[in-house]
Amino acid sequence: MKYRYANWQEYSKYIADDHYYYARSCIRQNFFPGSEKAFLDILRNDLGMDITEDPRHTTCTGIGYHSDVVPLETTMAIVARQFALMTECGYENYVASCITSFGIYSEVLDMWHHFPELEAKARENLFKATGREFHKPKILVHTSDLMFHVREKIAEKGVRRLVNAATGEPLKVVDHIGCHYAKVFPKKGIGGAEFPYVLAGMVEAWGGQSVDYPERRHCCGFGFRNYLVQANRGYSIANSKKKFESMAPYQPDFIVSNCPGCAMFLDRWQFTLNAMTGSNYAIPSLTYEEMAGLVMGIDPWDLGLQMHQVPVEPLLDKLGVQYDPAAKYLGKNGKFIGQPVAPAIYNPAAL
Amino acid sequence: MAQERILVIGGGVAGMQAAAALREEGFSPLIIERSSKTGGHVAQWDRLFPTQAPAQAVIDELSAASQGIESVTDCEITSLTAADGGVTAVSAGGDRYEGRAAVVATGFDLFDARLKEEYGYGMYENVITSAELEQMFRDGRVAMKSGEAPKRVAILHCVGSRDEKVGQNHCSKVCCITGIKQAIELTEAVPGVQVTNFYMDLRAFGNGYEELYRKSQVENGVTYIRGRISEAGETQDKRIQLKVEDTLVGRPLRMTVDMLVLLVGMRAPGCCSSFGLETQANGFFAPRDPYTGTVASSVPGVYLAGTATGPKTIGETINEAVAVARRIKRDLGE
Repeated sequence: MKYRYANWQEYSKYIADDHYYYARSCIRQNFFPGSEKAFLDILRNDLGMDITEDPRHTTCTGIGYHSDVVPLETTMAIVARQFALMTECGYENYVASCITSFGIYSEVLDMWHHFPELEAKARENLFKATGREFHKPKILVHTSDLMFHVREKIAEKGVRRLVNAATGEPLKVVDHIGCHYAKVFPKKGIGGAEFPYVLAGMVEAWGGQSVDYPERRHCCGFGFRNYLVQANRGYSIANSKKKFESMAPYQPDFIVSNCPGCAMFLDRWQFTLNAMTGSNYAIPSLTYEEMAGLVMGIDPWDLGLQMHQVPVEPLLDKLGVQYDPAAKYLGKNGKFIGQPVAPAIYNPAAL
Repeated sequence: MAQERILVIGGGVAGMQAAAALREEGFSPLIIERSSKTGGHVAQWDRLFPTQAPAQAVIDELSAASQGIESVTDCEITSLTAADGGVTAVSAGGDRYEGRAAVVATGFDLFDARLKEEYGYGMYENVITSAELEQMFRDGRVAMKSGEAPKRVAILHCVGSRDEKVGQNHCSKVCCITGIKQAIELTEAVPGVQVTNFYMDLRAFGNGYEELYRKSQVENGVTYIRGRISEAGETQDKRIQLKVEDTLVGRPLRMTVDMLVLLVGMRAPGCCSSFGLETQANGFFAPRDPYTGTVASSVPGVYLAGTATGPKTIGETINEAVAVARRIKRDLGE
């Protein structure tokens, strides 16, 4: 079935074809360590794009800012420094790997647009502290925007499609869009906030079927105050529970998210809910880079899929991916990296 | 002396009544209607608040009163100029119409509910507008897309009214009572149906409105919850899952209904920005004076009637349409 929101183009934005300065996420390399590498490998090596990064770049302060421990002026100065690094590298297009960073950059640029005195102050603070100056990016996109932009090229170069290798049926994919992607500025998200197309577009281009489930727009449970404050963590898992209850009847083959925390919480909380409530959730939760990596034929263990709580093997089998089960917990150097002591028993058939 | 021609732009109830009244005052009115027939929005309606009288009765009465009056249909006026003691209206097709004066009775457009994306109109098959529900009443069959009769229906007030996010800050005035009326009619059309109205304020301001509001609760069992629906989502069986906060008890709630009816508000039509007349903050034409000049525009020779100047009931519209003829008679006599 074709994605039914035919008017997603009403919310589209200009995405430059090439030459990007890349800013990593603070947490993604811990949560899903292969994703950012897969993004760079696919875009640079397979598609020949010019993406650069600077090891001097830091957090955008997003988590601290949204937790009220970093003041706005500090956030603006650090954002200014990120832009200064981009300027020093000779780039004008900025691609952020983290949804919250994308939200922070969008928000800061919007504030500077409406309150130029804030921009002047940020420039002054940055110069006093570091002697740096900067140009604002001409293009600001999230990495999922850029991957959406090249989705057809990936489809052309891919070695498989998101279909059941045995039946030829498209896999059913539920997506979850990070709140800071389009809920802050709907016009800055492909497809807007209500019927986002950025991930559904990739799913469709690569042969899968996007499923619009009722709680698609609901928070995944990663809301910063929901999990950073331990006493609030019940809110976090309650949100995730709503999501799983809503998507489970569609029997999705996997979840795909474009936010660092969403992919993590939608993966880990399934185990927790199963332990707490006796449910049997076992829906693999992928990042869009992991989804692209599978399409491009990257080895699942190079993609970091062994770091998922929910076993991905049933999905790999559906896709017809060849993998070495014995290599799952071996590092790139061949050494054993450890494995869960008591892996949860999942029963996808009971969904 | 030849009768003076007065252009009546718009053939809804305001235009029909204004034309009839102008003829009684001795003028020669010409109705110019953009659609294929006169009657406007009222002709699309089934029954009217607060008495549930058939809308067709109003149309029949006005048709009889305006019988024989010259009219042009399928003609959308795009510009209007007043000069040298006369007015000239030009249509999108380039046709020119001249008269001694003009009555702008261009009415309103219904708010496009697709702009409130969070309610899923145009996406979910069982999300409909109040106008579409009225069409179901006219057809004598209220049903979900599947053909089944709904068991639970939610009516959401203020869709495209009092909403800064979509640039519609004004109250559309008649939706509250329309929601009450339609809730009652739903219970009459579908025995056993459970109807819930979600509102932000209930403005039952007119004669008989409060009584109808009370009747709907006492006799028809209609439920009212103060709170705006934040989001609608479609379930696997094509029902609509709602998220809403009950702002009286201060708690969020979720419920699933078979059908969601959006009470779409009135918005200013495109001509409000192309006729060169002054407009109000809500986009509708501005009367010359909100107290004593409600049917005159700021341009001599150009007059206003009905919802061209903002949301109104049919009764108020008819009154203005009668008044505008009297006003023109007086002004031209001077």
